[in-house]
Amino acid sequence: MKIVVCIKQVPEISQVKLDPVTHTLVREGVPSIVNPFDEIALEEALRIKEKVGGEVTVMTMGPPQARDALLRCLAMGADKGILLTDRSFAGADTWTTSFTLAKAIEKLEYDLILCGKQAIDGDTAQVGPEIAEQLGIPIIPYVKKVIIDPAQKKLAVHSETDEGYDVIESKLPVLLTAIKGLNEPRLPSVMGIMSAKKKEIKVWGMADLGGNPESYGLKGSPTQVVQVATPEPRGKGTIITDQDPSVAVKKAIQILTEAHIL
Amino acid sequence: MPELIKVDKEKCTGCSMCVQVCPFNAAKLVNKKAEIGDNCTLCGACEKACSVQAITIERRKATSPEELAKHKGVWVIVEHSDGELRRVVLELLTEGRKLADKLNEELAAVLVGNKVSGLTKTLAEHGADKVYLVEHELLDKYTSDGYVHALVGAISKYQPSIVLIGATPKGRELAPRVAARLQVGLTADCTGLDIDEKGQLLQIRPAFGGNIMATILSPYTRPQMATVRPNVMKVGERDQFRTANIEKVGVNISPRTIRTKTLQSVKEISGAVKIEEANVVVSAGRGIGSRDNLKVTEELAMVLNGAVGGSRAIVDVGYLPHHQQVGQSGKTVSPRLYIAMGISGAIQHLIGMQSSDFIIAINSDPEAPIFKVADIGIVGDLFKIVPVLTEELRAIKKKEA
Repeated sequence: MKIVVCIKQVPEISQVKLDPVTHTLVREGVPSIVNPFDEIALEEALRIKEKVGGEVTVMTMGPPQARDALLRCLAMGADKGILLTDRSFAGADTWTTSFTLAKAIEKLEYDLILCGKQAIDGDTAQVGPEIAEQLGIPIIPYVKKVIIDPAQKKLAVHSETDEGYDVIESKLPVLLTAIKGLNEPRLPSVMGIMSAKKKEIKVWGMADLGGNPESYGLKGSPTQVVQVATPEPRGKGTIITDQDPSVAVKKAIQILTEAHIL
Repeated sequence: MPELIKVDKEKCTGCSMCVQVCPFNAAKLVNKKAEIGDNCTLCGACEKACSVQAITIERRKATSPEELAKHKGVWVIVEHSDGELRRVVLELLTEGRKLADKLNEELAAVLVGNKVSGLTKTLAEHGADKVYLVEHELLDKYTSDGYVHALVGAISKYQPSIVLIGATPKGRELAPRVAARLQVGLTADCTGLDIDEKGQLLQIRPAFGGNIMATILSPYTRPQMATVRPNVMKVGERDQFRTANIEKVGVNISPRTIRTKTLQSVKEISGAVKIEEANVVVSAGRGIGSRDNLKVTEELAMVLNGAVGGSRAIVDVGYLPHHQQVGQSGKTVSPRLYIAMGISGAIQHLIGMQSSDFIIAINSDPEAPIFKVADIGIVGDLFKIVPVLTEELRAIKKKEA
């Protein structure tokens, strides 16, 4: 079974810097981690490989330092890494991001593609479904259990819904997006970290992917960020410190009534 | 979809590769030349397989203002299940009405399903001028393949300027698929919408966990698509005398269109209010101490007719199921009233609830970050305060009834 896992290196939230001219996010200088949902996707890929055999390729698009994120994934047990990096990829929105990833995936053989549900910085949850669409393969989102049937080239998953979950079956290849609860990602072992350094990381740029240069990066993005603002902080609230609960509660109820909340 | 996909009959050699690779049975040979039928979904499989580049799908290019202006109308995609509309649909109709009035264009609801025409009345009463009704027995049960196919077909045919979809789990899967297939821009999980002086849709959304608000345009492509966070926009007054034109839209769909098979739908949550749709959410954190102590939380929620939520800390230890988790790796809620008890307020939790209208925090640590976002902060032991609060509120609710 050939599995491709798409991951994203994300900044530790809370310290965001913006380029004042282009209004795009400046990622340099902020500590980076592998997007937690993507680690869950990778863990599932590793478990499937351990069960039925095969190969796990982990792929990311990002600046050259996104290599660190791939290294961590290789240390967790992925076999190969592919880093899509090129100045022309910068400023990509979800459409061009998925276009770029799909272009690269098309160069590989694959039976299964796994993505995290969403990245914790952008929070769009759009890239997974968009990759599937660009590749012309089905997608099942919000996966919390995978039952694989390699002999029949199909799988069944539990896909979380508002009310519970759907049991959905699909032929391979298919793209799945992983949610919390699917598994607990392993930590890289010392052996893993050692062997990761020997594993191959391919670096592909726009020339390797081909296609129209106008389809990549900011140039290819159908959406455009026109303004970025820091939201107004919430107004100063009232802090009640009375020792007597009934006094404290009375004060709170009075504020609630005046604010027409009740 | 002849508008977007073209076959160059001169180049076509009649090799039939396109017919073999088409997952939707849309390509066929007529007089030894390829023809693409109406059930084409623009998936691009034939374009890739064609060895002589005879099949082309029109990709995005710098669109002229005249071209953009051909697209008219604001569309709201209707999410429904078991014959009931999701509340976000009414929120979108109210907001869509404002946008359509600013543009002086029509507001349409798009209703996909099977035997769902009973819902059109409510859609009209909440502001729709027109309802596009796409009915087919293969659309009886929601499948994203079926819905994507139906929506891409309707959008290509009628060319709206704006398409709004609720940012529910289904909407957030459906919208990117439709946008990718149409090769248009999409903004996720908007909390604000407006029209600029050029008549473009301003899409406002929080990013980086609510640390920044971004305003996004889709200047080059139509329709401009956005998913909109439930519970942020208000539902307007219902006008029982409003009517809408019903336009039935044909759909060419075969079982092959739907590639995944839903074997079973398991309902784990029944009857309870969904936290992302609740007016009031009462949440507990680590301070609650044990599963049994959650009774305190549940009782307050019951009095306020609200839903119970929790921080990651108590979901991880199994006091509450994951779908009740509020925060970055759980649900984002923005109810009228959010009550946090025993929650310190890690940034990951604040992200999930700080857009609530009114926040009450109860915590014994006066330094807890939750107090920074609270409208009312009560410092003290939640087990002493919450029962008193519950009784007081119960008395008030009783008086009102």
